[in-house]
Amino acid sequence: MDLDLAPADLSFRDEVRAFFADSIPDEWKTTVRAGLRLPADTLTAYQRRLAARGWGAPTWPVEYGGTGWTPTQLHIFWSEASAADAPAQYHQGLELIGPIIFTYGSQAQKDFYLPRIISGEDWWCQGYSEPGAGSDLAALRTRAERDGGDYVLNGQKMWTSYAHVSTRMFVLARTSVEAKRQAGISLILVDMDTPGLRIRPIHTLDEKHHTNEVFLDDVRVPAANLVGEEGMGWNYGKVLLDRERMVAAATAMFLPQTLRAVRAAAKRRRVGAATLFDQPGFRGKLAQLEIESLALQAMVMRLVADAAAGMDSGPRGSMVKLRWSELIQQSTALWVEALGSAAQHYEALDAKGEGSGDTPPDMPLALQGALYSRVTSIYGGSSEIQRNIIARRALGL
Amino acid sequence: MEFAYSDEQQMLRDSADRFGDQHMGAADRLARLAEGLEGSRRRWSEMAALGWLMLPIAEGDGGLGGGPVEVMAIMEGFGRHLMIEPYVTCCVLTPALLHGGGALADELLPKIGTGEIRVATALFEDDGYAVFGVATRADDGARLTGVKTHVEDGADADWFVVSARTAGDHGDRTGISLFLVPADAEGLTVRRYRSSDGHRHCSLTLDNVPATLLGERDTAAPRIAAAADRAIVAHLAEAVGSMEAATAATLDYVRTRQQFGVAIGTFQVIQHKLVDMSIACEEARAITSVAARSLMSDTPDRALIAAARVRVSQCGVVVTQAAVQLHGGVGTSDELVVSHHLRRQMMLDLILGDRDYHRGRFIMLSDR
Ligand SMILES: Cc1cc2nc3c(=O)[nH]c(=O)nc-3n(C[C@H](O)[C@H](O)[C@H](O)COP(=O)(O)OP(=O)(O)OC[C@H]3O[C@@H](n4cnc5c(N)ncnc54)[C@H](O)[C@@H]3O)c2cc1C
Repeated sequence: MDLDLAPADLSFRDEVRAFFADSIPDEWKTTVRAGLRLPADTLTAYQRRLAARGWGAPTWPVEYGGTGWTPTQLHIFWSEASAADAPAQYHQGLELIGPIIFTYGSQAQKDFYLPRIISGEDWWCQGYSEPGAGSDLAALRTRAERDGGDYVLNGQKMWTSYAHVSTRMFVLARTSVEAKRQAGISLILVDMDTPGLRIRPIHTLDEKHHTNEVFLDDVRVPAANLVGEEGMGWNYGKVLLDRERMVAAATAMFLPQTLRAVRAAAKRRRVGAATLFDQPGFRGKLAQLEIESLALQAMVMRLVADAAAGMDSGPRGSMVKLRWSELIQQSTALWVEALGSAAQHYEALDAKGEGSGDTPPDMPLALQGALYSRVTSIYGGSSEIQRNIIARRALGL
Repeated sequence: MEFAYSDEQQMLRDSADRFGDQHMGAADRLARLAEGLEGSRRRWSEMAALGWLMLPIAEGDGGLGGGPVEVMAIMEGFGRHLMIEPYVTCCVLTPALLHGGGALADELLPKIGTGEIRVATALFEDDGYAVFGVATRADDGARLTGVKTHVEDGADADWFVVSARTAGDHGDRTGISLFLVPADAEGLTVRRYRSSDGHRHCSLTLDNVPATLLGERDTAAPRIAAAADRAIVAHLAEAVGSMEAATAATLDYVRTRQQFGVAIGTFQVIQHKLVDMSIACEEARAITSVAARSLMSDTPDRALIAAARVRVSQCGVVVTQAAVQLHGGVGTSDELVVSHHLRRQMMLDLILGDRDYHRGRFIMLSDR
């Protein structure tokens, strides 16, 4: 999408474009287009490369090591990253706990943790959900009891994405039992190496290991790991909600990657004398998704413009998240369709199948992407919950 | 129009259900899948002992001559329990193609019915799903050269039925013939793949492979279409069984899962989604029954079968996506059976032609 860019923005765009042109190896691209995450060490390497360029934390203020970019610059950065098939940055540290730390954390926490997030030295995971507390997070039961200079944590977290590759986890835990369920919840930072912390993998429908159960048995952390005030953890979540629109915006900017993968697959597949891409029916379906994707990019621009004007963007973050999840689900489904019956070949049963000439290079990524995309309307607040939020907060229903 | 099962059909349905409960229970599904071929072979021979394998095979071919409704009764159970055995391909599709196909076919048919051998059918090429879009060629001495991109359930087959062009050009309705090729034929490369739903497929590369002509030369297209329709309807019954099972599981779940201090089934948006799921199940079951009955006629309504294929696939995918969604996180886990229903429905949506292909067929067949 073309903006009316000022000369300074134009030269910024050229600079970003040049950076990405020689920073993204080809072997990342197919995975990225499937909407699948790259391996953790690859993402770390990417983060390091960005940090070395001074672009490790695009959305953060300069004083904490961020870029201090204007929303227009951010938009340019994400568009260029997306166009170059760069992966989205790992957001748990950058968009979730980082901003809480620089808003509410102690000076010591800021000094220690923030640079480590930017450099990729720490990967953070988010220990919020529990078996009984998903959409209803206030039902969480994990306890943190004060014992001298420590908190002692007991409980179980669930769906903790990338706990198995993370160095640290931010945990919501009860520090006291109060009548109001949202009260008495605190936000505590935990080193993943702490004794008593155990991780069990959860495999998802794409047969991959993205997420985990985390068991906390008498996990002792220094009281200094409390963020802000005791019992105020729920309130800090509001900052998160505010930041979440940026996560949604950034993620949505990467949707065209998947649509390009669909295009490529359809152009490769010959149907009779022509390619699938030449068939009006298929082309029409792809065009429809491209159109909806453009509309989504426009919504992102508006969100970014709000941020530039310092305005409350209201429910727009939820709207973008909702539409993005629908579109990534439809796009990956169309990709599977483009591959045709070969999309059924998920895994070679013997060595002969592997890397054989008749195997599309994006198989089984397309199917994996299509399966994994089902989680996008569940995690980070399910689509039903997002609609409830929009109805209540924006429409007053 | 009869929708209810006869007593005998009901018995078949119950037996498939019991079998599924016993051998492919949801709780130990992952363990069963991990067993791979070994477990599948065990179940296959038990199915043979129950007479299921010979059920769809014509009486004259050494089978029991069961009709589409009997097959439907069994396939519902396959769907409900997500059984991964190659029943439709080996016992419905292939026998229909072998019927009246000459000495070798006559020899193979009873062995399929007893479970002694498995025969898969290789129709599809990268080119597309169309029956007429065959690029594999047979020379005058019946040697085949070409690529079959996807052979449904073909990984463990002993023989393949292969379509090839013996006359005419790409897209022509005539000039297509069927051939029999043993899995160990010279010049044949079999690449085997597992699907995300546990089925075991393959692709074939044929390089001057000696083959036996099956039935009459140049005239196989209508036979393929008719046999494919029988297989399609069997798969529709499977889809119905699977979507009903996923809906039932979801109904149970929303009654028990508590969030915000209440069962999530008390939220109206959840109720409405379940209502839509149950309507989709009803729709799919109705059109599948009608399609199965139509197959019993001498002149089956092929447009109706194409329509059923399109609509049931849509319903199956939408219903199982909703089942995953309403289960929340656990719905996306490998351990819980709902995500397996989604995986199977997504694959059923690709079997024997995708939705667009069948929508196209519907247009062609109904625009008279
Ligand atoms: C792959 C994956 C990764 C995840 N990563 C993390 C992570 O890193 N950290 C973390 O803390 N959590 C994570 N989550 C958890 C995620 O946030 C929860 O799964 C999500 O909040 C839904 O909660 P639940 O699974 O308990 O579903 P439930 O809350 O039980 O919901 C079940 C269904 O009911 C619906 N529902 C619930 N309440 C209402 C309502 N009031 N009105 C209408 N419908 C309702 C939901 O939309 C859903 O469809 C992850 C989940 C997945 C699947």
